[in-house]
Amino acid sequence: MVYLYLFISFFKIGLFGFGGGYAILSLVQHEVEHYGWLTSAQFTDIVAISQMTPGPIGINCATYVGYTASGSILGSVVATTAILLPSFIIMIILSKLYLKLKNNPYIAGVLKSLRPVVIGLIAAAALVLMTPDNFIDPWSFILFAFAFLLTLSFKMHPILVICLAGLAGYLIY
Amino acid sequence: MQQYLQIFLTFFKIGAFTIGGGYAMIPIIQEEVVGRRKWIAQEEFLDLLALAQSAPGVLAANTAIFVGYKMRGIRGAITATLGAALPSFIIILLIAIFFSNYKDNPTVEAIFKGIRPAVVALIAAPLYKMAKSAKITYRTAIIPIATALLIWLVRISPIWIILITIVSTVAYIYFRDKDEQKQL
Repeated sequence: MVYLYLFISFFKIGLFGFGGGYAILSLVQHEVEHYGWLTSAQFTDIVAISQMTPGPIGINCATYVGYTASGSILGSVVATTAILLPSFIIMIILSKLYLKLKNNPYIAGVLKSLRPVVIGLIAAAALVLMTPDNFIDPWSFILFAFAFLLTLSFKMHPILVICLAGLAGYLIY
Repeated sequence: MQQYLQIFLTFFKIGAFTIGGGYAMIPIIQEEVVGRRKWIAQEEFLDLLALAQSAPGVLAANTAIFVGYKMRGIRGAITATLGAALPSFIIILLIAIFFSNYKDNPTVEAIFKGIRPAVVALIAAPLYKMAKSAKITYRTAIIPIATALLIWLVRISPIWIILITIVSTVAYIYFRDKDEQKQL
């Protein structure tokens, strides 16, 4: 039975989780509290773990809650599949429409107007992340400046930049 | 078969190095899919981000589904999604099973203190290149700047901005075409 509830809950989260990442967290919190799957301390842990491990927060939450709620790997598989399923269906439809209709004057016009908006969205993401949690001391700003320069001027691969920053963090702190 | 493997490995790499979720993976996807593999063009990448933003769910998965679908249909989409989701799945499962208290480990914490500001820089750095490919001029720069400020300071949901842009563009094209017909 817990598998069915996990499936329904995470399907719902996947379906209504607009805006990704932190927007999804509040939905997860709601469902998890409703079923009593995690204590609030456990929920805080999963948020911290999600921030410190790679991968999308939604998938991290689904995997963690699925395992904790059911005590088995199957629970993780069910919850993770359920959170991905709505995106999968909707994105396939959108991709199909896009590839077919991108030359339609309305669709082409809308996509053209959305391009500068999307750039604004990404800029906002960077601004929103400029928090005291991420920038703890002057070293943070130095690391930020180096990462920015390496990416923009030296075209360094982002994965390499992350590894170097991790190494620097290890040496500094 | 080879291409399925390439799709899987590319998204596995993307999934394995996205820390902080969502937007943090955009520079990595861009580097891999647009820069290195040339699977999609730069403008198409911006369209893809708009689509991925408009659909619900995990941004990273949405992006993977689009690229996979464009390359190899439904099976390509499944391959890309599995690739993107698998690293988190494995890592989180191991944490849930074995070390639920690893976040208190000082070494792990130190490494992440270094990574966090770098991730913010990674998101900010490609903006200039994107603006050039979207042909943004000093006049139209108001759009991305206003969007960023509205989301950052006013905390408006990006969905509203996307919806307003869609509605106003459709209305603009509709009335423009009507005017042209009148003149004829």
